[in-house]
Amino acid sequence: MSTRAPATDLPIRFSEVAILAGGVTVLDCISITFSAGAPTVLIGPNGSGKTTLLRAAMGLIRPARGRITWDGSEVSPPTRRAIMFQRPVMLRRSAAANIGYALAAAGAPRAERAKRTAGLLSLVGLQALAGRPARQLSGGEQQRLSLARALARDPAVLFLDEPTASLDPAATKAIEDIVRAVSTRGIKVVMATHDLGEAKRLAGEIVLLHRGRIIESGPAHSLFAAPTTDEAKKFIAGELLV
Amino acid sequence: MKHSMNSGRIPIAAVALGVMVLIAAACMAPEDKSIVVASTTSTQDSGLFDYLLPIVKRRTGITVKVIAQGSGQALDTGRRGDADVVFVHAKSEELKFVAEGEGLKRYPVMYNDFVLLGPKSDPAGIAGMKDISRALQIIKDKRASFISRGDRSGTHIAELNLWKDSAVDIETDKGPWYKSIGQGMGAALNTASASNAYVLSDRSTWIHFKNPGELRILVEGDRRMFNQYGVILVNPDKHPNVKKVLGQKFIDYLISPAGQEDIANYKIDGQALFHPNANEAASTRELFPSLNLTRAPAPVPPAWN
Amino acid sequence: MPENASALHLVLTGDPTLFAIVRLSLIVSLSATFIAALIGVPLGALIALTRFRGREPVIVMLNALMGLPPVVAGLAVYLMLSRSGPLGSWGLLFTPLAMVIAQTVLVTPIIAALARQTIEDLWLEYREEFAAMGVGPLRRVRTLIWDARFSLLTALLAGFGRAAAEVGAIIIVGGNILGFTRTMTTTIALETSKGNLPLAIGLGIVLMFIVMLISTLAWGARRAGERFSG
Repeated sequence: MSTRAPATDLPIRFSEVAILAGGVTVLDCISITFSAGAPTVLIGPNGSGKTTLLRAAMGLIRPARGRITWDGSEVSPPTRRAIMFQRPVMLRRSAAANIGYALAAAGAPRAERAKRTAGLLSLVGLQALAGRPARQLSGGEQQRLSLARALARDPAVLFLDEPTASLDPAATKAIEDIVRAVSTRGIKVVMATHDLGEAKRLAGEIVLLHRGRIIESGPAHSLFAAPTTDEAKKFIAGELLV
Repeated sequence: MKHSMNSGRIPIAAVALGVMVLIAAACMAPEDKSIVVASTTSTQDSGLFDYLLPIVKRRTGITVKVIAQGSGQALDTGRRGDADVVFVHAKSEELKFVAEGEGLKRYPVMYNDFVLLGPKSDPAGIAGMKDISRALQIIKDKRASFISRGDRSGTHIAELNLWKDSAVDIETDKGPWYKSIGQGMGAALNTASASNAYVLSDRSTWIHFKNPGELRILVEGDRRMFNQYGVILVNPDKHPNVKKVLGQKFIDYLISPAGQEDIANYKIDGQALFHPNANEAASTRELFPSLNLTRAPAPVPPAWN
Repeated sequence: MPENASALHLVLTGDPTLFAIVRLSLIVSLSATFIAALIGVPLGALIALTRFRGREPVIVMLNALMGLPPVVAGLAVYLMLSRSGPLGSWGLLFTPLAMVIAQTVLVTPIIAALARQTIEDLWLEYREEFAAMGVGPLRRVRTLIWDARFSLLTALLAGFGRAAAEVGAIIIVGGNILGFTRTMTTTIALETSKGNLPLAIGLGIVLMFIVMLISTLAWGARRAGERFSG
């Protein structure tokens, strides 16, 4: 990975986007822009639409209404974007082979793959487990491997869906350190979390979602210090939003 | 990554193995000097072909491949052109076969006889009877268990003719006591042995049969139980693929003095299982010359009436 | 092959006729399984990964064909290969090749149906990651087949087991000709009907041994799968 100029996918702009699933409105009237810079963190209760928003920004879901554009184009192959799912699925092969596979799929030349795999493994701290069957890794290790797979694509934008959801504090710190390092190097991170502490630790901009709508958004320090909407106030205070 | 580099090799190995297996299979292709003979289960189950075919190969160089079916089935196989020669024992059907133009000419080859077998306990009480019609009538009257081949074989056709001779309309008179199994002679003997039933069999298969259980010969020697075998070349005009030269050579061997002697030499415990009679005149003059063909040493050859 | 010899004696003395019978059985069933795999795995993958009208009925029919009665398969192939049938001029009836064809007809649905199930299950698992990693369609198929290889091997073994154990199809199209198309199963059928039970039982033991071997290989394949790829 190297420091990069602003990517061609950014800014990612949602205009009045609605997304339905099985007749249910999952996202309603979403208008938001993701621009280069510090990480954007999505917060909100379960079922608020965070995951769907991430997938739509990745390009995996088409909006039922409204438009999504990547640097102005409505059609953009996902070559410079990568996503890490909440429950990552490991391929039935070794940890190193999983990364190698992602590299191959992203078109990395064969000669480079060994070196880059080794680099990515040490980045996520899994170099000792390179030959282990990936499905035999612990939850935290699989999450780190999934992050390495995403980074193997050399993305300009990285989407992370609850990357530390089931991890212990040590593993959580490991992931957060990587996220910070990655962001510093110029990769735009868009992350969903339900851990407010983590949001505070990592965010540039915060977006609060509830029932498929954006309730409030803004820089982290001001949103946490002085939320303007009722829901935001309640949520930050730790109350359940139903 | 070791995977992606080596993953090409295992499929290639598998393909190579597969190709070798297929080549091995292809190498089992039929030889050129071979014919297909559709014959009966009695000639097979009696072991005649196991004995005779190597001799045929030695004498004529022909590899004979025998499909063992019932006589009716064998003739049908000939009609479909799937055999070069048919060798069966159902004279009326054979003559029809030739009359239809499916076969060139029928040659008699050999004969044996049918015997009525039944359990030692003989529930119908027909042991030793000389009149097969009477015996069958009693079996039907007493509803004694009877196993029928039911497969349009020579034996089955003979059985049906014997029922007719006994003034029994087996189609209407049959009941649960009459079991039609649709299988070969060996299977019929097995079934009869296992269920203590009566069964009509050719003597040769019976002599060769290794699982007799309680079965014994109860009725034999009635002249209507004479069983003639004939061989026919499938008509090459109707079925161009028929190997007529080799097929005729096989037939010529069977009816030649050498072939006839070879047939006569097929013996178990010193008893010949089939009697050659290609020379038709001999057969009418001298039916059952030495009827000493019982499983255990027979005290007296049954009288020929 | 001496008729009255016990099967154990025949095996121990390496009787050539017995070995020829076993060899033919293995060649016929292995060839059929190999061809069935060449057809069935891609076919199963195709059905698993594409959406088309009538897909559900096709899957139901494929699963039903797993239970195709061997005699029915044998009869169908017989009608095709008979001299009076469409492919009669090929002269294949009553040859080992006809037996391979009949068993291929029998085994292909088994492999295709099991492959379809396996690949579809894995596809559902991998689907999102494939999308996330931008994996193209050809690479997807190769990856699915490779990652599912142990389960696919089990499917192949199931197919082979079916072929090695059946008698209905090969006896119809092969004719059970001594020295040419007589296999273990057809010999057992014949010798049993001749009342030659010791030989039939002996062959049955050899056949059971092969069945056990296949079962062990299938178990080994599953374990290897767990160990090597989780």
